[in-house]
Amino acid sequence: MQEIHASQVRPPFYRDERVLGIFSQLLVVIIVVGLGLFFYNNMITGLREKHNIAITFSFLTQTAGFDIGESLIEYSRERTYLRAFVVGLLNTFQVAVLGIIFATALGIFVGVMRLSTNFLVSKIAAVYIDIFRNIPLLVLLIFWAQGVFLKLPRVADAIVLGDAVYLSNRGVAIPWGIPTESWSTYLIILGAGIVVGAGLAYFLREQGKRTGRMPLVTLWFIVTVAAVGLIGWIVLPQPMTLDVPILEGFNTQGGKILSQQFMALLSGLIIYTAAFIAEVVRAGIQSVSKGQREAATALGLTAAQTLRLIIFPQALRVIIPPLTSQYLNLTKNSSLAIAIGYPDLFAVAGNTILNQTGREIEMFTMIMGTYLSLSLLTSLLMNIYNRRIRLVER
Amino acid sequence: MKSMRKLNKAGMILSMVIGMIIAACMSPAAGPEVVESDEAAAPAMQEVQSTLSIVQERGKLVCIGNSQLPGFGFLDSEGNFSGFDVDYCRAIAAAIFGDANALEVRPATARERFTILSSGEGDVIIRNTTWTMSRDTDLGMNFGPTTFYDGQGLMVRKESGVATLQDLQGASVCVVTGTTTELNLADQFAAAGVSYEAVVFEDFDQSFTAYDEGRCDAVTTDKSSLVSRQTTLTVPGDHVIINVTLSKEPLGPAVRHGDDQWFDIVNWVVFATMLAEEHGITSQNVDSFMDSNDPNIRKLLGLEGDFCAKIGLSNAGCFVDVIKQLGNYAEIYDRNLGPDTVFDLPRGLNSLYTDGGILYAPPVR
Repeated sequence: MQEIHASQVRPPFYRDERVLGIFSQLLVVIIVVGLGLFFYNNMITGLREKHNIAITFSFLTQTAGFDIGESLIEYSRERTYLRAFVVGLLNTFQVAVLGIIFATALGIFVGVMRLSTNFLVSKIAAVYIDIFRNIPLLVLLIFWAQGVFLKLPRVADAIVLGDAVYLSNRGVAIPWGIPTESWSTYLIILGAGIVVGAGLAYFLREQGKRTGRMPLVTLWFIVTVAAVGLIGWIVLPQPMTLDVPILEGFNTQGGKILSQQFMALLSGLIIYTAAFIAEVVRAGIQSVSKGQREAATALGLTAAQTLRLIIFPQALRVIIPPLTSQYLNLTKNSSLAIAIGYPDLFAVAGNTILNQTGREIEMFTMIMGTYLSLSLLTSLLMNIYNRRIRLVER
Repeated sequence: MKSMRKLNKAGMILSMVIGMIIAACMSPAAGPEVVESDEAAAPAMQEVQSTLSIVQERGKLVCIGNSQLPGFGFLDSEGNFSGFDVDYCRAIAAAIFGDANALEVRPATARERFTILSSGEGDVIIRNTTWTMSRDTDLGMNFGPTTFYDGQGLMVRKESGVATLQDLQGASVCVVTGTTTELNLADQFAAAGVSYEAVVFEDFDQSFTAYDEGRCDAVTTDKSSLVSRQTTLTVPGDHVIINVTLSKEPLGPAVRHGDDQWFDIVNWVVFATMLAEEHGITSQNVDSFMDSNDPNIRKLLGLEGDFCAKIGLSNAGCFVDVIKQLGNYAEIYDRNLGPDTVFDLPRGLNSLYTDGGILYAPPVR
């Protein structure tokens, strides 16, 4: 008893490793928090004493007074600054989502091409990657906007495809569906279809687990949803009508117009990011050991089967983390839209609103917060996916 | 091991709590940490130093200007700034230093100009800047006398046959962001009940390139700028400025709130050029007025009353330097925008009140 007690005698606190550890951490936290507060305090005091300005977000409810060229939601000059901000945010979101989808598809395609044993195919991919990865994005965007899309024919001489698609330097006008009154009912039917399909998929999967022969779960799911969707479309009186653009007055009217700025931004972002994704995909595929491919070939799998069933599932583990970074980059890079006149979040909020209200700190706080949230959201989704596919070690 | 981890956790929480306590102490509302807030206020104290003494110590005036607008503020291929606005920058430099070249033009975009001025990176904005109430109040600006009365206009292609706002139904309009232009456009088109597509760019070059390529049916900005930029289009003759004025645009110099002496200097340099024109004093004949008996002229030229001292300038002939080096209002106007230039912009409202315009300078007395 006595001996045990003796061994537990503590050294003086200034030599106690644990106390020192806590103390040093404490010190670092104090310094960091203190510095942050000092700068914040400095800013607030400076603003108050120098310019008599207080930080407030009340201006957001004032009338914006300016028009925005393209918007996914209803917007006019009578709406508030907050509404204008949301319009910009949705425009950014639109470009980011479409950009990520297309850049991934193109990136995987080029990445696989790059590894082809065919000399020409592999070299085409290499040239593509080397060119677009090494041109600054801003240069690429301005080239794409001013050198390509702005050089298309004027709207009066637009290239017309099948009397429905108009291609001009104003953008691309395509036919677009307009929902009618029965649209909301149709959405409910479609929702029900998805629920039924998901139920069926679950049942099939359970059955597959029991019997050991996995049926084509995804295919059955798609077929079910499509069947319900089709029946709903036939039963209801036209849930959606097709609006075909026509050339009238200065511009094409009707349909959906993908503006020149939008097209330029989207294509610039896709082509640029796809070059990086291609390299990520190549690295991922090359990280799978050669033995896996040889084993697959020995088992008689075709090249496509090997890629789909053996190589890709293993490569994904290496691909996903750097791919996430590319997605984040694409979203943030979309703020270069301002250079080519697309009304994204930064162009609307960081330029027009900021300029009219003079509220730099508030606007930049909002913009930074929004981009941060978008990035964290992307990371979160990708991390969930990453957790699902990562190697489970037992 | 486990207890160690627990201890670490406790340490983390403890440090956070202490950090928060410190935070509370350091926030501006708390009393005891006076030292901190004093330190923060130090830059504000320096601000009390007058703009004039800062400029004099620096040895040159920093004027926030434009580099993309021929006739008003333009940076040529040799790196020289020229134009109507730039000449007024030079005039202020001439009044302060007796040397119009004691000047640095700091080119700025429409968006950043006010920030540059309020942060003290520049002394005065002379950059086709419209005097508006919100800028005067919200942004903390003081606007000097209007040097150029302008109005927002629209340029279209001749072949389009557009003559009024109503003709532009459904058109695309190119516009530069960060200006009152965007607001006027929205207001006037809404008032006329005309729907349109606004294509917003960050700078003039891109806006006019897009218009030139046919991306837009019309381009809008101040009429003076339209005239100026028309010369840079591929075929200037194909375009026409329609007879519609969307807004009042009084353009003039702007300074920071709170330095009245500096504001006075800017005001009176501008007035001096107008008064000189009124009295027929030019850069060529100014010397012949030195023995004038007209008290108004004698006061303007610093022969009587020491008016330059009243605005804080030791050089009694401060306005003489302005007139000698830059000339009177008419000379500045004609040199940059007059009949001998490519713009050939009629004076219109920008004539003296004696000639049917609205330029009316208060007397030096």
